[in-house]
Amino acid sequence: MEFTYEQVAIFAQQSGLVYFFLIFCFIIAYAVWPKNKEKFDHASRIPFEED
Amino acid sequence: MSLEETGFAVFLGLLSLLCVVLAGKAVDPVFGFHAALGAAASAGGLFLIVRAYIDRAGAVAPQEIDGRPNYNYGPVRFAAVIAMFWGIAGFLAGLYIALELAFPQLNLGLPWTSFGRLRPLHTSAVIFAFGGNVLIATSLYVVQRTCRARLPGVVLPWFVVLGYNMFIVLAATGYLLGVTEGKEYAEPEWYVDLWLTVVWVCYLFLFLGTLWKRKEPHIYVANWFTLAFIVTIAMLHLGNNATIPVSFFGSKSYIYWSGVQDAMVQWWYGHNAVGFFLTAGFLAIMYYFVPKRANRPVYSYRLSIVHFWALIFIYIWAGPHHLHYTALPEWASTLGMTFSIMLWMPSWGGMINGLMTLSGAWDKLRTDPVLRMLVVSVAFYGMSTFEGPLMSIKAVNSLSHYTDWTIGHVHSGALGWVGYVSFGALYCLIPWVFGKKDIYSLKLVDWHFWISTLGIVLYISAMWVSGIMQGLMWRAYTSLGFLQYSFVETVEAMHPYYVIRALGGFLFLCGAIIMAVNLYLTIRRGEPADQQAPNAALAAAE
Amino acid sequence: MSLFEKHAVFEKNSIVLLLGILIAVAIGGLVEIVPLFYLKGTIETADGVRPATPLELAGRNVYIREGCYLCHSQMIRPMRDEIERYGHFSLAAESQYDHPFQWGSKRTGPDLARVGGKYSDAWHVAHLTDPRSVVPASVMPTYAFLKEAPVRSVDIADHLKVLKLEGVPYTDEDIANAGADMAAQADPNADVKGLTSRYPKTTVADFDGNPAKVSEMDALIAYLQSLGTFVDFSTYDDKANLR
Repeated sequence: MEFTYEQVAIFAQQSGLVYFFLIFCFIIAYAVWPKNKEKFDHASRIPFEED
Repeated sequence: MSLEETGFAVFLGLLSLLCVVLAGKAVDPVFGFHAALGAAASAGGLFLIVRAYIDRAGAVAPQEIDGRPNYNYGPVRFAAVIAMFWGIAGFLAGLYIALELAFPQLNLGLPWTSFGRLRPLHTSAVIFAFGGNVLIATSLYVVQRTCRARLPGVVLPWFVVLGYNMFIVLAATGYLLGVTEGKEYAEPEWYVDLWLTVVWVCYLFLFLGTLWKRKEPHIYVANWFTLAFIVTIAMLHLGNNATIPVSFFGSKSYIYWSGVQDAMVQWWYGHNAVGFFLTAGFLAIMYYFVPKRANRPVYSYRLSIVHFWALIFIYIWAGPHHLHYTALPEWASTLGMTFSIMLWMPSWGGMINGLMTLSGAWDKLRTDPVLRMLVVSVAFYGMSTFEGPLMSIKAVNSLSHYTDWTIGHVHSGALGWVGYVSFGALYCLIPWVFGKKDIYSLKLVDWHFWISTLGIVLYISAMWVSGIMQGLMWRAYTSLGFLQYSFVETVEAMHPYYVIRALGGFLFLCGAIIMAVNLYLTIRRGEPADQQAPNAALAAAE
Repeated sequence: MSLFEKHAVFEKNSIVLLLGILIAVAIGGLVEIVPLFYLKGTIETADGVRPATPLELAGRNVYIREGCYLCHSQMIRPMRDEIERYGHFSLAAESQYDHPFQWGSKRTGPDLARVGGKYSDAWHVAHLTDPRSVVPASVMPTYAFLKEAPVRSVDIADHLKVLKLEGVPYTDEDIANAGADMAAQADPNADVKGLTSRYPKTTVADFDGNPAKVSEMDALIAYLQSLGTFVDFSTYDDKANLR
């Protein structure tokens, strides 16, 4: 099957926009979710808690 | 004998026999030489396994001693020390080829000393031999410490470390003898690639195995970066080395991809070798060693999570910016450019995270040259990740492509970022794994820092000037509309900059030699660390 | 056992992380690489592009072995100065049989995509033997040793077979005659009817000026003289391949 340049460009631009926007929102939400704060604070101190 | 020991012993025994057969039937001398080398090395490996089995006399290294994990530092020590050796070899090769460009008589008219064969030796020695061993040493140290678990297996950790260095030896001797796939940064031939695949899968399992044993529920972010580095390099390696040998008893093979598709696959590999080998892997170092040395947690753990995902999602797309205005279709090159520019943000997010870890402790930069080296490396990371997106813009790239500007850019990242973060990490790691209090002489670290910084500045400014000048001379026209310069006039104009560049490289090499002496003295004469509380000077957390 | 269950969850997490990474890094490559195999117009239609003759292929392998690609590009970009300096910009079609591609990334020396026919064989011999004898400011290494080394011909048919397997249109006839074609191309007195009918636009000559043997220098010069000569740009229609 062969595609034209326009078909590929439109597909890549539109789906890419949606895909990356959603991923970005998800990552930001995960990172700033209040419930995760404690977990992350603990994680950031892992290097200092070793024996 | 444990199942693991038996398995490796049988594997190495069979491999040794196979190599003997391959050596006997080899159709070209280099393949024969490499097969013989392989036979000897695997027989040697088998011998070591058996000897270790007899020596340990049924005893197994305990997982814990007095309730504290019994970390396995042997392979870490080996990788850390040999990294320094390969580093000096690689810098020396770099200096030599830099001099060859300034004084071509140095090629000596011999095949194995000519630029075309030494240049892959230089790039592989610094990236894969020096960088790779630093990554293996630090990742195996960090994953043990942050998981509070010993590396799994008895043979496996040693197999990974020694097997990886065997790959280096095969690749390097192959380059000198003219065995190459002809793809930049992926030059090793098919059998060397296969061997690396075996070693790499073992590395992945060694790393995952340690994660599975961990006593700490959260996986520390440094390990995320290491895992991304291991997994992605595996994918890239397999994709870019899809090759069919002409004979199973010969070294020559032909890559399955051709022309424009091969170009795309190559730079998908090539740029992500930068992204995942030289960036993600070394960011793992940053996220452990900078907080550790500064003795404060990373500035923002949240930012590190955003940094991680944004970086790996975006980096993988950036490859086509190496192919602007070529026969690659424009949509691909535009995609590459777009993502390269977007990449600026996560890169600087990471830089800010690394630098701001120092906030409130900036004074330590004055007194601790190791920390200064780590922080300057992050600053260089910021600089080259700004320059990179700039150079990926088509209009800029039309000037910079094919010139020394690219070489300068690569070296600001390689010497400034990868080099310094590795040096900083080794200055921390060597005392830790050899049970010493600190590095032998901080004064020598200071000397190393200033000499090599001067070297880097000379190197990259020479390449900026020569690169931009070259690009402008190529496109210069006379008032009558003729090309102003013949090609060789542009070559001639480069000479002074090539000399300055070599001088910069020489200073960088001098710094590394000072470092090697310092590390040697640390191992030999360093003050032993307090047995009760290793890293007492550093471990006093909040 | 609760402890055991907890442990299982941890294991799963590292695998989840691994899968997440794999998904993240797989997509970009797939989107950029896969369409190149399917998208119409990735490789233009250009008449005249043919696979390398056995001697040219051997020369190409010498070119790769010596790392020539580290200083010489084979990709002319469509800018005014490059076209004036080197010739018509490179087409994807011209490197479609190159395993691997040799576009290069650095021009320490000039682009070679259209070096074929630009200089005489004798010039190439002099230049490879001692670059500074013909270009005083050159920084190229000397390759005099290529003249002494006989080109490897015993397994040349196997090379063609592998390339055929990878999609290069070598015929069974090409493969059967590979060894003979290799010798014939370097021998001006040989009967080259078969060779030139199988490989149009083939230069036949004693490239290195030593009729006693077919050397690696013969092969390398045969390869260099073929570069960029296949497509006739006086009849090539740029607009037919706009993309």
